[in-house]
Amino acid sequence: MNDRLAQPFQQPKTREIAERMAEDVKGRSLWADARRRFVANRAAMVSVVVLTLIVLFSLFGQAISEYDIETIDWDVLGNVATAGKPSISNGHYFGFDENGRDLYNRVVQGSRISLAVGVIGALVAVIVGTIYGATAGFIGGRVDSIMMRLVDIFMSIPYMFVLILLLVVAGRSITMIFVGIGLTAWLDMSRIVRGQTLSIKNREFVEAAIAIGVPTWRIIIRHIVPNLLGVVVVYATLLVPQMILTESFISFLGLGVQEPFTSWGALLSEGTKTMNYGTLWHLAFPLFFFVVTIFCFFFIGDGLRDALDPKDR
Amino acid sequence: MLNFIIRRVAVAIPTLIILLVASFWLMQTAPGGPFTSERPLPAQVLANIEAKYGLDQPVYKQLWDYVVGIVTQFDFGPSYKYKDRSVNDIIAQGFPVTLTYGIISFLVAIIIGGALGISAAIRQNSWLDYFAVGVTIGAQVLPNFVMAPILILVFTLWLGWLPGGGWNGGQWQHIIMPVIALSTSYMASIARLTRSSMLEVLRSNFIRTARAKGLPDNVIIWRHALKPSLLPVISYLGPAFVGMVTGSFIIDAIFGTGGIGYFYVNSAFNRDYAVMMGLTILLGSMTILFNMVVDILYAWIDPKIRL
Amino acid sequence: MNISIKAALLGSALALAGPAFADMMHPKTGEKLAEDQTFTYRVLDEHTSVDPQIVEDVSGSEIVRDLFEGLYNQNRAGELVPGVALSHTTNDDKTVYTFKLRDDAKWSDGKPVTAGDFVYAWRRLADPATASEYQWYMEVMGIKNAAEVMSGDMPVEELGVKAIDDHTLEVTLGSSLPYFALTTTHTSTFPTPQWAIEAHGADWIKPENIVVNGAYKLTEHVANERLVRERNPMYWDNDNTIIEKVTSLVINDENVALTRYQAGELDRTEIPAGQYPSLKESNPDEATAFPRLCSYYYTINVSDSTPEFLKDDRVRRALSYAINRDIITEKVLQGGQTAAYTFTPGATAGFEVPSVDYAGWSQDERNAKAVELMTEAGYGKDNPIDLTLLYNTSEAHKKVALAVSQMWKQNLGVNVTLENQEWKTYLTTRGEQNYEIARAGWCGDYNEASTFLDLVQSGSGYNDAKYANDMVDSLLADAKTMDNPQPNYTKVEEIIAADMPIIPIYHYAGSFMIKPELIGSWPVENVEQNWYSKDLYKVAK
Repeated sequence: MNDRLAQPFQQPKTREIAERMAEDVKGRSLWADARRRFVANRAAMVSVVVLTLIVLFSLFGQAISEYDIETIDWDVLGNVATAGKPSISNGHYFGFDENGRDLYNRVVQGSRISLAVGVIGALVAVIVGTIYGATAGFIGGRVDSIMMRLVDIFMSIPYMFVLILLLVVAGRSITMIFVGIGLTAWLDMSRIVRGQTLSIKNREFVEAAIAIGVPTWRIIIRHIVPNLLGVVVVYATLLVPQMILTESFISFLGLGVQEPFTSWGALLSEGTKTMNYGTLWHLAFPLFFFVVTIFCFFFIGDGLRDALDPKDR
Repeated sequence: MLNFIIRRVAVAIPTLIILLVASFWLMQTAPGGPFTSERPLPAQVLANIEAKYGLDQPVYKQLWDYVVGIVTQFDFGPSYKYKDRSVNDIIAQGFPVTLTYGIISFLVAIIIGGALGISAAIRQNSWLDYFAVGVTIGAQVLPNFVMAPILILVFTLWLGWLPGGGWNGGQWQHIIMPVIALSTSYMASIARLTRSSMLEVLRSNFIRTARAKGLPDNVIIWRHALKPSLLPVISYLGPAFVGMVTGSFIIDAIFGTGGIGYFYVNSAFNRDYAVMMGLTILLGSMTILFNMVVDILYAWIDPKIRL
Repeated sequence: MNISIKAALLGSALALAGPAFADMMHPKTGEKLAEDQTFTYRVLDEHTSVDPQIVEDVSGSEIVRDLFEGLYNQNRAGELVPGVALSHTTNDDKTVYTFKLRDDAKWSDGKPVTAGDFVYAWRRLADPATASEYQWYMEVMGIKNAAEVMSGDMPVEELGVKAIDDHTLEVTLGSSLPYFALTTTHTSTFPTPQWAIEAHGADWIKPENIVVNGAYKLTEHVANERLVRERNPMYWDNDNTIIEKVTSLVINDENVALTRYQAGELDRTEIPAGQYPSLKESNPDEATAFPRLCSYYYTINVSDSTPEFLKDDRVRRALSYAINRDIITEKVLQGGQTAAYTFTPGATAGFEVPSVDYAGWSQDERNAKAVELMTEAGYGKDNPIDLTLLYNTSEAHKKVALAVSQMWKQNLGVNVTLENQEWKTYLTTRGEQNYEIARAGWCGDYNEASTFLDLVQSGSGYNDAKYANDMVDSLLADAKTMDNPQPNYTKVEEIIAADMPIIPIYHYAGSFMIKPELIGSWPVENVEQNWYSKDLYKVAK
């Protein structure tokens, strides 16, 4: 259980921003300003470009290779350290993995799964957290305090353990990984969103909607949630790397995706095992993509936060 | 304050019970039981074993007996897998180990991370700042199941400076690598948090006023800026501490330190119900306790917050 | 401070304290002994218990064999040598065994080891209240009334074991069992001290309470970290014991363990799958591989729940023929494993591997035959089979499954879905026949072919294929009482090869890195790997 999995480190910070942003909701001009500020942030813009390249690599990378993720080269098997080195000339750009399979294609495919887990996991967390938090904050009173007490209770659950139990109970499936990982991370989201909602709730447009009898759920979806978008986007960006890290831990435990499919976590775990046996590229290639991607998400998240938070300038 | 503590404890008890029931239920739903083995036991043998451990009772009765055992005798039950010791034995032996390297990692993370963050903020955009930011992001993206074997390779095999694992009663040589592997990512988080909140405080009006009044820089930083900029860091400490204590699975698995992290994760794989529930209660109470301590600390630093 | 230097210093200090073996010769072989006589080895996982009647895992049994001593021990070659028993006699129909016990055996508290201690231990094993997972071993041994005692229908006193006097133990069996003496090396038959168990209850195996009769005493145990045992001066053969101190360290990751071995922290560790050839090349006097009494096989679900094509023996045979076992042993695992075409390993005592037809073919012939059988059964690349291959989470099982699935795909056009489950889920799935083909492994409980072949009996609890063949059942039933059961075993193996409810893949090998000073004394010929620290020693290099 990796710390980064325990709690998002930006959370308290984000919470503050959230509080401040509530004071600063200024309608559309905020977004235009934000865009200008974000574009001016060089690290964030470079990250966007790099991340785009990695996404393209994960989607279309296999097009430039004539191999696939599962076919074993029987001549290389058992002799990977000498016969399986990376080579441009034979088309195995990243060499062979421990089982005599083309590593390039496996990294492409692993990137796809890990990015998907990151994005979908974050999405699950954001959707559940936003709806829960917005509902609690908007309805308020006893419902709010019960709902938030429940969050307190959930927070004391050693959730990595629950995730392991879930994967053990339900058997492993990619859906379970998506949902399970996402469900462990929605709690902070719900707290932040609740705080935001409390402050938005008393604004005129919401009061007007209540006055003309718009149903509660509709107010939440149509008026509250869109106004939360800023903080949610920042938080979601920073959740993605956290989800990717969680997935890598799950893979390390052997509860990750089924062979022949793979993920960065599975590739890293395999690469670490054989790093002392003369096949360092098993670790190097997946680690490169893993590290670069997480860097990118951090920079983009920081960039977004700065862009959406005028006071920080 | 007292009121606050009482309120928290009052919520803690039902929380723990819910936690217990939920994890017990999940465990019961999982395929296989504690005595499922490669050689299926003859029905008679299985019946004898289940009778011994009370597993032939209805599920609610098992749970009830378990809770009664805890409340009346502080007995967390037997381990079904490690038959020569009880859950109490496991906690008594493993928890101090986990706590030792957990607390040291925690302190290392706070002190180094905090120092790095503050100095980076004070010298914003200097080489020190870039260095600190680079190091901390680097430390944060390397999963510790990758870092730990690399440490062993470097410090044990290549340099021969440190033993490659074990605990050996907690000698310092055995603690260093677990602490590095466990603390770096927390250290990085704390450094990043401290840096950004310090920067914010330094830009705020009251610091500007202090500067205008001509106070020297170090007085401004230590007397005025430090306390408010620690607020977000403090709210991170609770989760970080619990994360470190519970996050010891990889440390135990790779360094063979014998802490409870390994027992905990493996109790799920072994369907070792009592171990799983005992450690859930232990770690659940720890989480609740530390979140409470952090809230109190928070209120103490920021008087605007009422408990 | 370098820890290995410290260990060496500590070791030599102990060597001085004990009987001074420094500069001494081995009493039997005459080799010059090293000063450091400590043995540190890696275990994968924490042992379950050190109580002889409770222990159920391999690493626990290794410890128990050092701490306790049963009627017989095994020597390097796995043959019986006297332990507490000096010899035994048996009646004509081999239903009553009488063991003569040595009179100089003592417990670590000075009490003599008597026949009564064995009676107590065996009754304890069979007693339902003890709830041992190895209770069934009493039935394997064929002890009279074992089943009735286990079910609680008879008091434990009715068990067919009694002490004639302090040094004579008489065992009565329910039916004739020619290899009974072989079963007494199993840890669950070791004697236990009634007085210590009654005084301390479940805590009697804690280092501060334990009373032992083996060559070593338990001195330290930190769960999931280490267990230390040191020379027991009360042991009857203490003068010939050379290793002073044995330490087992729990290291879950085999690659980390190898790193620590290379750093000099361990005297023995397992070689990770696939690394044997390169280690053998770089450290020829440390890497060793030897056959084990275990079989690795794929079991095919042939019960009613299975898909139609697996009910066709032609398909099952085709799947078996299409596996190139030489690739598995020589390229995937590379650890001295041997290709398996029959279930029972050739290393089994007194067992002659029958020559089943496909074992003699070349792989090309097997592949051709496999395609032919598939076509005959109506399947092929245009009408492919989709099947699921189940295995439990492990690097080595994964490697084999990947290779096999590719072989099936490339040779027969079979589409294989791999399903990796964690251990208990996997066992449940397999045990409930919710699978199509599953990985399985089996190690002999004793060194006799029936421990393997009983698995294909229709009534066997381990028969996860749910294979049922009357012929096999009666052949195996007859073999129990035959003086030379080999013809029956041959016949059974031939039937399995024709029906193919299980696909034998390879016979296990143990592969270790062992320090050069120790490797000479490691019992590599013992296929059950029942090793005793008291027989090990380090030579001076």
